[in-house]
Amino acid sequence: MMPRLLPLLGLVLLAALLSLVAIDLLYFGRDPALQQLQQVFLHPSPDHPLGTDQFGRCNLARLSAAIQNSLLMSLLCVATAALLGTGAGLAAAWYQGWVDRCLSFIINVLMALPGLVLVLLFAALIPGSFVMLYLAISAVLWVEYFRLVRSATLSLRHAPEVEASMLYGFGKGYILRRHLLPKLLPDLLSLACFGAASAILALASIGFVYVGLKPPEAELGLMMVELLPYYSDAPWVLAQPLLTVFVLILSFNLIASGVRHDIGR
Amino acid sequence: MIALLKRRLLQAMLVAWSVGTLTFVLMHLLPGDFAYRIAAGRYGYDQVNKLAADAVHVELGLADPAWLQYLSWLWDLLRFDLGNSLISGAPVLQEIQHQLGHSLQLALFATVFSLLIAVPIGVYCGKRAKGPADQLCLMISTLLRAQPVFVIGLVLVLIFALQLGWFPVAGFGGSQYLILPAISLALTMAALSNRIIRNNTASVMGSPYMQFARLKGLNAEQAFARHAAPNIALPVIAFVGVQAIALIEGIVMIESLFSWPGIGHALAHAIFGRDVPMIQASALLMGLLFVLINTVVDLLGYWLDPRQQPQPKKRGAQ
Repeated sequence: MMPRLLPLLGLVLLAALLSLVAIDLLYFGRDPALQQLQQVFLHPSPDHPLGTDQFGRCNLARLSAAIQNSLLMSLLCVATAALLGTGAGLAAAWYQGWVDRCLSFIINVLMALPGLVLVLLFAALIPGSFVMLYLAISAVLWVEYFRLVRSATLSLRHAPEVEASMLYGFGKGYILRRHLLPKLLPDLLSLACFGAASAILALASIGFVYVGLKPPEAELGLMMVELLPYYSDAPWVLAQPLLTVFVLILSFNLIASGVRHDIGR
Repeated sequence: MIALLKRRLLQAMLVAWSVGTLTFVLMHLLPGDFAYRIAAGRYGYDQVNKLAADAVHVELGLADPAWLQYLSWLWDLLRFDLGNSLISGAPVLQEIQHQLGHSLQLALFATVFSLLIAVPIGVYCGKRAKGPADQLCLMISTLLRAQPVFVIGLVLVLIFALQLGWFPVAGFGGSQYLILPAISLALTMAALSNRIIRNNTASVMGSPYMQFARLKGLNAEQAFARHAAPNIALPVIAFVGVQAIALIEGIVMIESLFSWPGIGHALAHAIFGRDVPMIQASALLMGLLFVLINTVVDLLGYWLDPRQQPQPKKRGAQ
């Protein structure tokens, strides 16, 4: 019973965050950077459901912008990493030879450094750029897809059903659709969920050490550092980005566990 | 064994090359004329003129084509000549030496703490798999794993430093400064490793050789010490290597949070200040530390596991 409920809980948590964003966009729609210095640290009220921060900015607007940033980043990174990693992994395992050697060399270079250090170095190239962070996080994430797809394809390549298809003269596209992808899909999906969590984590991490997106951008890690000095004034404001990161990552982890459990039998 | 060390050496060289290349690009992306910047660093901002800048230009070979500069940049790196900090002007190597020691200290204590937390819990739960204690541990681990390491650190600071006042909030000094950062790192690592230990313990305890050990008359403790412990230890040690990534990344975050004067803190600061030689040196050391941890783990595994060592050749076999 437990393993069935947990992924559902993950979806519910994610839906709750999305509805927070929807409420903000539909009913409030304030500018997350709009400062109202006479309204600093307002308590939650019908007008400001989550209160205001140290510059009197509406917290709901900021939190919703931050969630959108995080989800957009994770979506883009996971999509890019999945496409690139799967494609490259298939190519490396299928053609082997120099294709495999070249791609494996690139992977070794990327894996020689811990992911966050690589992301930090990329972030240093053009500070505060969403695109640069996107490239960096994708570059770290696609390694996993490549390794998974490559090793699975290497063993599947000589499976009886694949060899039979080849003998019948079916094309690569058919073999890919009929034999390879169905076997790879459960793992790819669960990797995508974990990847989304790590993308969100990476974005928040570099925001937290102040080298990610720049203020006044609303970003979860950045919000934490900005609000930390005001902990004694308004701990409930600081709690909001903390809780949001926690719920985001937890929901993706829970969904990932469900994906593996349901189709990965 | 030699192959193992060779692989790690190659990895170390890849680290140096990729860090060197990225920082070289970074150096050339910096705004402003390079020669003026360095001349200002040498002679002071008031003394800079065209002449001084030109002298620097010629001396450092800034007129050379980019690929030549790139080669000399890598050559400097190879000789471990990491240059001077663009901000403080001091040799980078000097600054980074102290920081490396502090980071190593933090990493070591964090790993030890994480094992102290994870091993007893993992073994306890593994022996009682699916029991209530096991379920509780699974829940706590899942919740902990959904926290970024800096959130754990932050919450610990809020509770133990600000509310209870048991430990200092941040900084560096006696052992009381070490506790909170090391524990936050340890908790993140233990959240994952206690499950690995639990799974290993559960599968070892149910294995045929454990049953046989009990059947042949060893009592539970003897069987565990002789047959289960080494088999549990091996994957756990390998997993410490996997966690080296989490450890290094955690060090960057936790050092920044606690203002711990290590290389992670230095890296974040250098990136913020766009101090390229400092970025290069600290990223390089983080990468090398990563390789070092992996090498130590490889060697430990090799030493503990007779299957990895070359077998004495038997006649007829081969």
